[in-house]
Amino acid sequence: MHPWNSTVGSASLKLMLKLLPRLFQRRILIEDSMKSKVASLFTALMALPPPDPQFVLRGTSAAVHTLYFSCGGSEPDIPLLYSGSESGFIHVWNLRTHRVDTALDGHGRKSVYCVETMGGKDRLLSQGRDQRICLWDLAEGRTSVTDSVFTEHVGFCRCSLLKVAQGRWLMAMAARSLEEIQILELPSKTSVCTLKPEVGAKLGMPMCLKLWQLSCGSQPVLLAGYEDGSVVLWNVSMGKALSQLVCHQEPVMSLDFDSEKAKGISGSSEKVLSIWSLNEQQNLQVYKTHELVNAGISDITIRPDKKILATAGWDHRIRIFGWKKLKPLAVLDYHTATVHCVSFSDHSNPRERLLAAGSKDQRISVWSIYAQT
Amino acid sequence: PAALGERERALFGAFLRSLARAPGAARPEGVWQRCFLEGPASLVLCVLLESLGSAGSVRIPGAVGVLEQFLQEGRVSALLWEVCQQQAQAGCPELQDVLINKIVCLPDHVSNKLQGKNPPVFFPQNYFPLLGDAVLQVLEKISDSLRGGLDCSISFVSHVLGKVCIHGRQKEILGVLVPRLTDLTKSDCIWQRICWRLVECVPDRWMEAVVLGFVQRAPGADVLSRLLGNLVVKNKKAQFVVTQKMLLLQYGHTTEVLQNLLGYLSLDSLRRTLLLRVLQELLETWSSSSAVKHSPAEQQLYISKAILICLSHLKEPEIETHRQELLTSMMEGVKCRLDSSLLQQRRLGMVVAESISLKINTEGPVLKFEYEEDDETRELKSLLVQTPSFCNVPSLPDDDDDDLIPYDMSEDKELKIKAPVYIRDCIEVLTGSRTEDVDKWEATVKALESLVRKNPAATREVSVELAKILLHLEEKSSIEGFVELRQRTQVAVLTTDPIPVAKYLTSQFYSLNYSLRQRMDILDVLVLAAQELSCPKFCGKTKHSGAQKPCIQLLQGSDSSKGWRRVVDERIKNKTRRLDKGHCDMELASRPNEFNSVAGYFFFPLIQHFDRPLTTFDLLGEDHLVLGRLAHTLAILMYLAVNTVVRKVLLYRYVRQGLLSCISSLLLSVPTERILADMTEELLETQSWLGGKTWWGTSVLFWLVVKLLCSTSLIVMAAVMSWHCALEICMISK
Repeated sequence: MHPWNSTVGSASLKLMLKLLPRLFQRRILIEDSMKSKVASLFTALMALPPPDPQFVLRGTSAAVHTLYFSCGGSEPDIPLLYSGSESGFIHVWNLRTHRVDTALDGHGRKSVYCVETMGGKDRLLSQGRDQRICLWDLAEGRTSVTDSVFTEHVGFCRCSLLKVAQGRWLMAMAARSLEEIQILELPSKTSVCTLKPEVGAKLGMPMCLKLWQLSCGSQPVLLAGYEDGSVVLWNVSMGKALSQLVCHQEPVMSLDFDSEKAKGISGSSEKVLSIWSLNEQQNLQVYKTHELVNAGISDITIRPDKKILATAGWDHRIRIFGWKKLKPLAVLDYHTATVHCVSFSDHSNPRERLLAAGSKDQRISVWSIYAQT
Repeated sequence: PAALGERERALFGAFLRSLARAPGAARPEGVWQRCFLEGPASLVLCVLLESLGSAGSVRIPGAVGVLEQFLQEGRVSALLWEVCQQQAQAGCPELQDVLINKIVCLPDHVSNKLQGKNPPVFFPQNYFPLLGDAVLQVLEKISDSLRGGLDCSISFVSHVLGKVCIHGRQKEILGVLVPRLTDLTKSDCIWQRICWRLVECVPDRWMEAVVLGFVQRAPGADVLSRLLGNLVVKNKKAQFVVTQKMLLLQYGHTTEVLQNLLGYLSLDSLRRTLLLRVLQELLETWSSSSAVKHSPAEQQLYISKAILICLSHLKEPEIETHRQELLTSMMEGVKCRLDSSLLQQRRLGMVVAESISLKINTEGPVLKFEYEEDDETRELKSLLVQTPSFCNVPSLPDDDDDDLIPYDMSEDKELKIKAPVYIRDCIEVLTGSRTEDVDKWEATVKALESLVRKNPAATREVSVELAKILLHLEEKSSIEGFVELRQRTQVAVLTTDPIPVAKYLTSQFYSLNYSLRQRMDILDVLVLAAQELSCPKFCGKTKHSGAQKPCIQLLQGSDSSKGWRRVVDERIKNKTRRLDKGHCDMELASRPNEFNSVAGYFFFPLIQHFDRPLTTFDLLGEDHLVLGRLAHTLAILMYLAVNTVVRKVLLYRYVRQGLLSCISSLLLSVPTERILADMTEELLETQSWLGGKTWWGTSVLFWLVVKLLCSTSLIVMAAVMSWHCALEICMISK
């Protein structure tokens, strides 16, 4: 429940409307700084209605399962948004014209649920329900799959990519055997290790993965959310589970991790977000939980500057929270079906930053929210 | 010494007076002083003060010395104690007033008489602490005597205390009393009660001075609470002083005094209501524009401080209930203050508004103004967060999350799945392959029955399709009462469009690839729909008795509830004398039976195939359970078709055949001796019917079978049944 309920809202609105003209008429007495005070008073009392989308991208003609921005380039580069849809197409959206530049068809019309660039907008990785991970070459207008990995995984677990050196990536993906996770080195496709839970751990399938390292050159670490609701921290180089935390009672649908604050967040099909931290001894601990209004989170993303995070809800809503204290900031209610994915852009100018959400209603909504802060 | 009687007092008084006036030679040194110091203290004091004050006369030498000694030897406490004891036996109030006057005004009196040459012990700053000690001694004696089980009056001490305080000597006397009482009351209930009583007994006219003295001198709110108890609740005057005068009328008190005072109010549930009232009044004043314009800045600061301290004491639920008022007052107040041309005023408004907003709004957005901090604003803010006893004080917001101003999230409510509003949409959902929409599917299943009932025309367009879907509908998610829900919907469809749906259902009954469950569902639905059709529409509301309904046995769990309803109805019926029974029956009989026109569609197809084993469905063989239900169903359909034209036809053509099998199966299944013992008559009747084929025989037989079927376990009955035997019996009887 919002603390300023509607009756309070209307009462204070009336007051404010009475007050504002008087304040601004008496400019002699009121310093300029007052205006900002009044503005802050106003926003505090009359919380603004949530914004509308900056723009909406239509035309995938299928549910949108994954989004990825590529906006970091300097001026002549066109900011792009990649979207993967249920029909198996990857659309490359031009964010200047808001139109599809290219549609890539590489997954045999099977749903694409993960898209990511690999060091520049010309090299793309995509994962589809055809059990393949494709590497694309998009340079100079080409649209060819240069290489692919057959995952043999039947679930929906998105792979996770981590750049470990120039031109070298590690990729974590769910493997054929139900509980296993495989780490490959790209582009060589050599298997680094396979992460198997202990016998009898009964974790179920991996549902979501997040590969990260504290700093460049340090050991890569993997966080994996499993079907039984637990999050496990894996040491990739040793292939050993370091810590396990039962965060949810239902499968972990999505997680994200902030390595600076050593704090992560996960969502499931339940009504709660779980925030957990990693202590010095590499143990995962519950930090707090946050109750949601409706059950079901399909995606969670922390903005790269670690200030806010966005969740994609089964209740058709996008929620924005302050990352530090998980202060609820906004509920964006635009879509008419489950929101499948949320993604923040990588604009180098923070003011241009965008948030995109893809939904089952076949639309991609793009928002400019908290871009100033 | 024992208390003196009136006469003795007068005599002793006269003696002392004469002794005082007597020339030096007549009174041996040392002895006469003793008389004064050991005599009844009240009398002695009166005489001594008189001897000082006989105007114009020569002052009695030595009287001052004796008085001095009198004080130093602690005779005052003896005096107080003496009066307290007298009071317990109803002393004389006038005398007490005189005494109080004399005690309290003694320094002035002596000073007047001696023209400033009075010894130091008579200086007020010395005298009143001494009096304080005397009071403490008396209180100790009172405490002892209370512990000894003796009753004791404290009111004289209270009067003295009140009088001293109103004379402006709180500092001296309470400076002695309060620290000592603080110690004594720490862990002693009797001392606490004595202390409360001491203050309570102070007359109203002096109450203010006493309360003020205590509030100013108590080292903390908890001590004050210990010393005063619930004085403010019991005593109107004290309440006025504490909740009005000290807060709204005066403004010279220090912050510590305010904290004492408001802390005291917050420490007891009875007093908390006062605290809330105080806060309301303070906020009213704070937000009143005339108060802002006309009251001095010091008072506004004072009231602001009081508000912040009050807020610091508020608990979460209290804030919850008063949020609206707080908010309104804050808005009004901040408006007046931001209008002001004085910087201090505006800043005060901002600080208080920020604090209120912080307090009432722990989760959402918090007001934040920009102003320069100074000692005053810091002090004000510190007032809000310095309550150690209630730890739920919100921490000041971090700068990190603070610049993220939340949007309005009031619309974020639980998502309600909208059920379809058109029957065709329902069909789409129920036949749809999109398995993930479980919520929608559930909502549809729940909404369908009422949709069907509301839109008969729309239902007729798709009735058979709908019946087909419902017949095949499997439970996707666990909905409570799914089976009943589906059945009710099926019944609704069937009653809305009986002919095609009944045709469909009855045809499906004998067709392939249905489970027993589904076949029995068909029967149940037919029965329920027939019942509904045959029943007058208003039958639910009228008082027709259960005996007129056939006993429909369904396999659903609703049996039990129907059971108790029947039992209750039966009981009511038995215990009720119905004077208008005939009328009731007539009314019921006069309704048209809607089942009339369609009964055939229900009945005939059902008995089409029962005697022929089908490829997957052998009624007379393994699937005897269904046969049982079929017979039951037929019976009820028959009953419901009362007064219909087809009924005759039903009887003529098919019943005989059907019933024959029923009877035969029965005969076969039940042990012979049981049948012969229990049903000889019925058997004979059967025989005569089979032979004679009489009209009456047909109907009698029908009812007989229905009765038997209802009362005998169908499963046992059919277990040994076989068509061959039945045939044989027929042959034999023919």
